[in-house]
Amino acid sequence: MTDAAWIDAALTSARPQAVGALLRYFRDLDTAEEAFQNACLRALKSWPQNGPPRDPAAWLIMVGRNAAIDDVRRGRREQPLPDDEAISDLDDAESALADRLDGSHYRDDILRLLFICCHKELPATQQIALALRVVSGLTVKQISRAFLVSEAAMEQRITRAKARVAQADVPFETPGAVERSERLVAVAAMIYLIFNEGYSASGETAELRKPLSEEAIRLARLLLRLFPGEPEIMGLTALLLLQHARIAARFDAEGSLILLEDQDRSLWNEPMIAEGLALIDKAMRHRRSGPYQIQAAIAALHARAARPEDTDWTQIDLLYGALEVVQPSPVVTLNRAVATSKVRGAQAALDMIAPLETRLANYFYFFGVRGALLMQLGRNDEARTAFDRAIALAHSSAEAAHIRMQLDRLMRDGATATAQAGR
Amino acid sequence: MLYALLCYHDEDFVCSWSKDQDEAVMAKLAVVQEKLAKQGRLGPVARLLPTTAATTLRKDDPPLVVDGPYAETKEQLLGFYLVDCNNLDEAVEVARELGEANPGGSYEIRPVGTFRPGGALA
Repeated sequence: MTDAAWIDAALTSARPQAVGALLRYFRDLDTAEEAFQNACLRALKSWPQNGPPRDPAAWLIMVGRNAAIDDVRRGRREQPLPDDEAISDLDDAESALADRLDGSHYRDDILRLLFICCHKELPATQQIALALRVVSGLTVKQISRAFLVSEAAMEQRITRAKARVAQADVPFETPGAVERSERLVAVAAMIYLIFNEGYSASGETAELRKPLSEEAIRLARLLLRLFPGEPEIMGLTALLLLQHARIAARFDAEGSLILLEDQDRSLWNEPMIAEGLALIDKAMRHRRSGPYQIQAAIAALHARAARPEDTDWTQIDLLYGALEVVQPSPVVTLNRAVATSKVRGAQAALDMIAPLETRLANYFYFFGVRGALLMQLGRNDEARTAFDRAIALAHSSAEAAHIRMQLDRLMRDGATATAQAGR
Repeated sequence: MLYALLCYHDEDFVCSWSKDQDEAVMAKLAVVQEKLAKQGRLGPVARLLPTTAATTLRKDDPPLVVDGPYAETKEQLLGFYLVDCNNLDEAVEVARELGEANPGGSYEIRPVGTFRPGGALA
């Protein structure tokens, strides 16, 4: 790697730890971020000349803290960076600080930083935007591109989120065990949200939004390194890896969605699948299953099938059953119905989803599944009605195009049937 | 003599590489590997999945299976090479070339005591 690329990677990897520690000192998100920016500028100047420091995060925290303290002391916001001499004996100070950082604070600083971003008073869109800005360090331009909104709108969203966080009572004490596990749940959910923002993109926007999924994976890995013995965090990381591994196979050249069973499995990312499988295998040994682990286990069964017909639907049906217990939702039942139809036939699946209609009356996927099940039973007129309903509810042209394909198949089969009947 | 070159690096750092950065490093390493392979000196090369994917069997009685290694130390074992060298100087030279292709972290150079090539894997 070149110097610039190396420094770039070092700044990215040190960011959560450094901003987290600066936040602990200053208890203010803006000050912490500004201090980190200052330190980065200094690093870009100093590292190519003096070589990289032993511990980049410790260096950045030290320099950022000093710059911000100077700033506050002089009561001015615009402040030239301190002279090189002022930080010349940083090496000694850095190692002392690094030793202290290696200790317990590190984990709590990052967890606190992530937790602040997923503050329960913030709506999901603000949580995601704030985390991408503060923890990941993506620029407002990058974030607004991924969310398909204007830069001004995204700037406003982030500013609002920060203002709310500043007003809210954020605990800066080291969290206790119970509190920490509560925070962990909230943080995991926020990472999952970020991932889904990228994953649920339609064909046209998939490329644009891919960075969101990748960033979520990076954050999940970070969280897992902080809590390497938490099976649900293993499950979350496995789930994201297994889902993202299929990204190259999910859309055709026109941007239409390709169903799992029709995907070209040679396009799946093997190393990502290997890592996901290793993690879910490890998590299951703990025998403390949770929603992420169960979903990852389902994704793992798909990933292990070399051909669609090798898929272990019986096991998947059972896993969805388990998911219905720990996380009951009509959408989970709908997903289970797909597995059930493979194991016990379309009628059983249809019976299973019948009670869901009122709750999923506006859900595209419900009518898509129902249409497909009715089609399998040869109830073509009813299937057509369901598909029409699905198209009306589709959120993207990729979704609509996918249902239209089913409709075309129905018309074609219908025509053949009529021709045969007339013979 | 066979030497194992054990690759240590800060996992946080390596996991922060973008896909492009990662591929660039791998391409540079491939050049050095190619050269060694042509000389018939390169044994198996392995890049390991992150330590978070690791499980450890502690050889207690009875043996205990635990998660980890927990990456508390600054650098983690991320992969290894097996290279045939006449002496330590040569091994250091190989490590230096690999290090130029992929700066940062460290290579631990360990002479191999017993080696069984095993059967073909792929």
